Amino acid sequence: MTTLSINHLRKTFPGVVANDDVNLHIAAGETHAILGENGAGKSTLIKMISGLYRPDSGEMLLNDKVVTFSSPREAIRAGIGVVHQHFMLIPALSVAENVVLGSEPGGFHFPKRLASQKVRELSLRAGLPLDPTTRVADLSVGMQQRVEIVKALYRQARILILDEPTAVLTPQETEDLFVVLRKLKEEGIPIVFISHKLDEVRAIADTVTVMRAGKTLHTQPIASASANELATMMVGREVSLNARTSASHPGDVTLKIRDLSVLDDRKLQAIKGVSFELRAGEILGVAGVDGNGQTELVEAIVGMRSAVSGSIHFAGQDITRDSVSTRIALGISYVPQDRQHDGLVLPFTLTENLMLRDLLPPYAKRGWLTPRSAESQSRELLARFDVRPPVPDATAQSLSGGNQQKVILAREVSRAPRLLIAVQPTRGLDVGAIESIHHELEKLRDQGSAILLVSLELDEILALSDRICVLHAGSIVVTLPGEGASRDTIGLAMTGTDPNAKEVLR
Amino acid sequence: MKNKLQQMTVPLYAVLTGLILGAIIMLISGYNPLSAYGSLVVGAFGSASAIGNTLTSAVPLILVGLGIAVAFRAGLFNIGAEGQYWMGAIVAVWIGYHFPTLTPILHITLALLGAMLAGALWGGVIPGLTKSLVGAHEVITTMMLSYIAIFFVHYLLEQGPMMAPGFVPQSRPIAATAALPNLFPATGIFSNATLSSGFLIALAAAAVTHIVLFRTTFGYRLRTVGHNPAAAKYAGMSVTRFTILSLGLSGLLAGLAGGVQMLGVDQQLNDSVSSGFGYTGIVVSLLARNNPYAVILAGIFFAALSVGSQTMQINSGVSANMTDVITGIIVFFVAADRLYQYGFSRIRSRVRAKSLERTEQG
Ligand SMILES: Nc1ncnc2c1ncn2[C@@H]1O[C@H](COP(=O)(O)OP(=O)(O)OP(=O)(O)O)[C@@H](O)[C@H]1O
Ligand SMILES: [Mg+2]
Repeated sequence: MTTLSINHLRKTFPGVVANDDVNLHIAAGETHAILGENGAGKSTLIKMISGLYRPDSGEMLLNDKVVTFSSPREAIRAGIGVVHQHFMLIPALSVAENVVLGSEPGGFHFPKRLASQKVRELSLRAGLPLDPTTRVADLSVGMQQRVEIVKALYRQARILILDEPTAVLTPQETEDLFVVLRKLKEEGIPIVFISHKLDEVRAIADTVTVMRAGKTLHTQPIASASANELATMMVGREVSLNARTSASHPGDVTLKIRDLSVLDDRKLQAIKGVSFELRAGEILGVAGVDGNGQTELVEAIVGMRSAVSGSIHFAGQDITRDSVSTRIALGISYVPQDRQHDGLVLPFTLTENLMLRDLLPPYAKRGWLTPRSAESQSRELLARFDVRPPVPDATAQSLSGGNQQKVILAREVSRAPRLLIAVQPTRGLDVGAIESIHHELEKLRDQGSAILLVSLELDEILALSDRICVLHAGSIVVTLPGEGASRDTIGLAMTGTDPNAKEVLR
Repeated sequence: MKNKLQQMTVPLYAVLTGLILGAIIMLISGYNPLSAYGSLVVGAFGSASAIGNTLTSAVPLILVGLGIAVAFRAGLFNIGAEGQYWMGAIVAVWIGYHFPTLTPILHITLALLGAMLAGALWGGVIPGLTKSLVGAHEVITTMMLSYIAIFFVHYLLEQGPMMAPGFVPQSRPIAATAALPNLFPATGIFSNATLSSGFLIALAAAAVTHIVLFRTTFGYRLRTVGHNPAAAKYAGMSVTRFTILSLGLSGLLAGLAGGVQMLGVDQQLNDSVSSGFGYTGIVVSLLARNNPYAVILAGIFFAALSVGSQTMQINSGVSANMTDVITGIIVFFVAADRLYQYGFSRIRSRVRAKSLERTEQG
């Protein structure tokens, strides 16, 4: 039976105390959740436990013995399995190769067949079926996470740590993950689970520890904590969870899509003749199970993917064939799904990231960058969107995951777009930040912007949308008013059944 | 500020390691490394003429190094700067001996503009287009074009259209109006020394490159494409266009190097196999971490090694080739900077583990 204790752990980066007196005790066989605001120091703690960072001071005890890890290898050897917030897989290698990397079976010669077979068996046993021969680059994020978990199990992890595993998962995948985690727990493997979603924490954890500003504040059994209590403890103030936005006053049509068809990367039709309209001052939520054409629809509207047929009109103008930069200039903003892949240039400073899609005043003028006014603009935005630390010269790389997301939102929301396309805009944000981003989106809408909100989180769609359309297999199944929409109706539509048609049948 | 210093620590350590390992090799082979390095420094900086030679030799290294740094910043590897250098040299010499009636300012400007254009075409437009049209990788195309340029020089000079009358495979010398003037006055300690005014051109080119990369939206886009092409696409930048433009800018600087070297030093086209600048330029930009101002220092450093090595050989008997060994070691350690980071962190964690043990025992 494995236990892990952490005493007075401290870690600083130049100018930042990321962890300051962290204390944690993971008992044998428990599922322990860690909650905390963006930048509270959760990922930093995990990186120390897994040997990626070395603590400045403090100690770690694994089964009551002091351990120090000077590399991830040593942590792995000690039985610590980690699934990081941003995955650490090699995209060009196959699933099996990624799993066995660093502890390959066989000697000098790499037995591909044997590795595949071992990985297949292990993944089936763990309830995480995988095809060992696929390239990791071709997998969805949910599948990539499976690879990470199987990788940890392959190295015989005796404790499993997951940093925001559900941020990238669909609700269904989250359910599947929980089944696996419960099974592992029965086998006596303690689990450390980080999430910003309070209902998940309450569903899976036995114990919860709250972190704030680098410190562990409080540990208690989950049964004695309500969601609201936890939220208040985390953020240090009252938060209203999933409050519904006020009524909207839609104006003219901003975006008009007619019979749009789009192909996916495999040249299969992913969007099949979709039509809809989005008005100024309106939020249209797009619900649906992941992989039903959301990506292709969004990329077609922003101009990163061409339409095979149909048309896209923006403010009365046909933009179906226009380039990405033309559409940006027309006032189309876009919060992409994968912040590190498309949304940010990680080695750039925050100021440089804020100007990514707007090389215009105050960032630049007639081909020249204007560093001084860019910096003051950047300072203002970082403060308004509560990016921590609010340092214009910090690199995007040094920010916590949630704060990276806030930088993208700051950029896309602040340009006062006529149309904002937001895909999972609050992914990885803490409850306080979600509340303020929802506020920003509502404000933007009330100023007359049109917002297309694509989210896998039904709660978010229900809280924000004035109208909701449900996408299934590349078609819109149904469009409903947001006010009073029920989870059941939407859930049914997500499987491809039009709830209205069903009533007619009855 | 602190960040910039940190970026320079690895190159400094690499240079130090190179010099120390060089010293150890000298010791083993029975030489005194102190006197060898002493005479190397004297040879490179010991007199006005030594300084003039070193700085003049640094000019092509700086210019080629800048070109390669620009390509690296855009995420591209221009391995064919050698060929772009030669195309620049050809055009500069051709213009140099053709229009002797022009005023010097006009003549020099024209020759250098021609050299830059030739380098830009050879390095940027052709490889850029082949990359975007048929997907040919720039490492392959720039290298192949480099060989073509070198053989083109042979063709021009060996009974070809640019061969001067006579039997030696060389071109006619450039006109006096095209020659870059000497910066040193012809009096006092400077009487025997020359410093090509190409050195000023190299300094100006470094400043301009820095401004373009870090002060203009063009440079910002170039660096975005270099760091994250997916983000560049998301921001509406054309990756193809920037591939062509940045390889073109890279070739332009290499072509300028060829032009400046012809007008300032060689004064005519000679039938040599390779200048070596295309490859040393890669080393220069690696050592400088693609920072234009650091390229100046790195260029002078490698020029000093090569100029000083002659004196070192004469005075202390250590073969001049020793400096190539040192260069090799430096390149190895700059390229393997991860090794340093890994090494340092291991040492640090050892020390910490030791002190932890001690406190536990105590
Ligand atoms: N490599 C680094 N360099 C400098 N600062 C860093 C680095 N990594 C983290 N930090 C800082 O340490 C603090 C804690 O970051 P950490 O990633 O641990 O937060 P987190 O609790 O995981 O947040 P999130 O919920 O947003 O993922 C932040 O202020 C962050 O900016
Ligand atoms: Mg984190």
